[in-house]
Amino acid sequence: MATKFDAIMARRGEIMRKALGMDYSEFELSPIAFDYERMMTAHGYSLDDIVGIQTRAGVGNTPLLELRNITDLVRSISEPGKGARIFVKDEAANLAGAFKDRRASVSIHVAKEKGYEGVIAATSGNYGAAVASQAARNGLKCIICQETYDSRKIGQPEIVEKGRICEAYGAEVVQMTVGPELFFHMVELLDVTGYFAASLYSSFGVSGIETLGLEISNEMRSLTGADPTHVIVTHAGGGNTTGTARGLKRAGASGTQIVSASVDLSGLHMASDDDFNRKSFTTGHTGFGVPFATWPDRADVPRNAARPLRYIDRYLTVTQGEVFYITEAMAKLEGLERGPAGNTAMTAAVSLARDLPREATIVVQETEYTGAGKHHWSQLNFAREMGVEVRAGDPRDNAPGKVIVIPEAIEQIKANDFDVARMRKSYVRNALKNAPEGYAPTADDIGFLAADTNSDAAAVEAIMAELKEA
Amino acid sequence: MADATRAREGDWVEVECKLLDPADRSKNLPPETAEKPLMMWVKGFAQGGAGMGEELTIETMTGRKVTGALSAVNPGYFITYGNPIPELTHVGRDLRKQLAAYRVAQGGER
Repeated sequence: MATKFDAIMARRGEIMRKALGMDYSEFELSPIAFDYERMMTAHGYSLDDIVGIQTRAGVGNTPLLELRNITDLVRSISEPGKGARIFVKDEAANLAGAFKDRRASVSIHVAKEKGYEGVIAATSGNYGAAVASQAARNGLKCIICQETYDSRKIGQPEIVEKGRICEAYGAEVVQMTVGPELFFHMVELLDVTGYFAASLYSSFGVSGIETLGLEISNEMRSLTGADPTHVIVTHAGGGNTTGTARGLKRAGASGTQIVSASVDLSGLHMASDDDFNRKSFTTGHTGFGVPFATWPDRADVPRNAARPLRYIDRYLTVTQGEVFYITEAMAKLEGLERGPAGNTAMTAAVSLARDLPREATIVVQETEYTGAGKHHWSQLNFAREMGVEVRAGDPRDNAPGKVIVIPEAIEQIKANDFDVARMRKSYVRNALKNAPEGYAPTADDIGFLAADTNSDAAAVEAIMAELKEA
Repeated sequence: MADATRAREGDWVEVECKLLDPADRSKNLPPETAEKPLMMWVKGFAQGGAGMGEELTIETMTGRKVTGALSAVNPGYFITYGNPIPELTHVGRDLRKQLAAYRVAQGGER
């Protein structure tokens, strides 16, 4: 018998088409390939248009700050000649406190222009605050669906805070227990209300992040005379990496390396009621970073605009304890008290800068607001209450969900390289698995897979041959 | 002070609803999640009176009517910072010292 869940999910395509105000089928080229660039530009807004939308929305043009103290601290532990200059884009200065405002401003502009009465987003993150804030400014109704509680109704404090801020902006916040059926309920609500789906993964939202890449390039050229050698991005669903990298390219920053960074949450299951309150990070972690990069189309839109493997040059992971340590250091040394998840890339930057020449320049491209619940002290106190051990020591001993190890010295901070080649292979496997059974990929499909993984046809063919053998 | 265990018409309250029984849930969930129902809470203005756990219809901020069991009256937010973390309290002091020593060795403040 079809369950209520199955019944809604069977109508999902039709409901989402109405709620997104665009038909994704026009971009499809084959059971595997679609026209990504055409999808990204179908909304018809130029980059200048988006800058205009965001300026009116109170979003963007955040300060780019050089972190001289952190840079010298890194140099104090680096070999002679090493220790890149570190800069940060203080995205917490956006209206609702995070780069997510860039995404929301464009989505809400579209919803308003298309005449929707309200907007809905499924997000337990800063995106909820951004959507709620922009909806309030535009007189649109707003529903935010959050995964907030475990089955004992113990709320993850960061998500409880995000629920609070959404309610402060006048949104209706629908709070749920753990499980991917959050999306089922969102689709159900879209069906009932006829509101616009302000998806994190639509081309509207991801186009909104391109201005961040553009600003970084312009500001670094005026500050240092050149584009940054490296931009490092806190990576979760992939929109941040994709949008920033696209913006940099559009600004002509072709030589800048794109480094993504996530908190290592390996060993924890993202749909586990037991693990839910033992993660200590609600975003910026590998639990989103790896599955979304290796299969972007698992998102709530037919084709995800966030396709990070197109842009990633390196993917670094750091431990929970390392991020909390750097979050404390940022406040004490740079006067920047910001949220821990947003400092994931900052933590990886400390490790990266140590290995780069002094002439290199690293831009950490975001910060996020902090406060009760989101603060690193809140998270560590909560972790202890949930039975996670917190202690000082060697961050290599950090074990997500079991023990958070706070470094004893900055020298101990060392990011790990995640194997991007393995992610590419995993992506190709998923793309083939999701095509109809027996479908034989064409040369065009292989070209698409090469573009979607930032590799070439020969590399994709080699992966396919290897998968066939296995 | 209003009664925190009873909602009157017009009060700002929270209701609890069961969205999915375990049998109706998504497949491929870990067992500890699969065996539990999917629960939902939402806040709004009470459309009548009710005691805790009793059925009540609310009107949410978007004007939706939702019926569930009353779970809180005038629900608050009890997130805090908590105590300083002993493993972190020394970080600022130590790093400032390390930075100052480095700058002295480099020939003074730049």
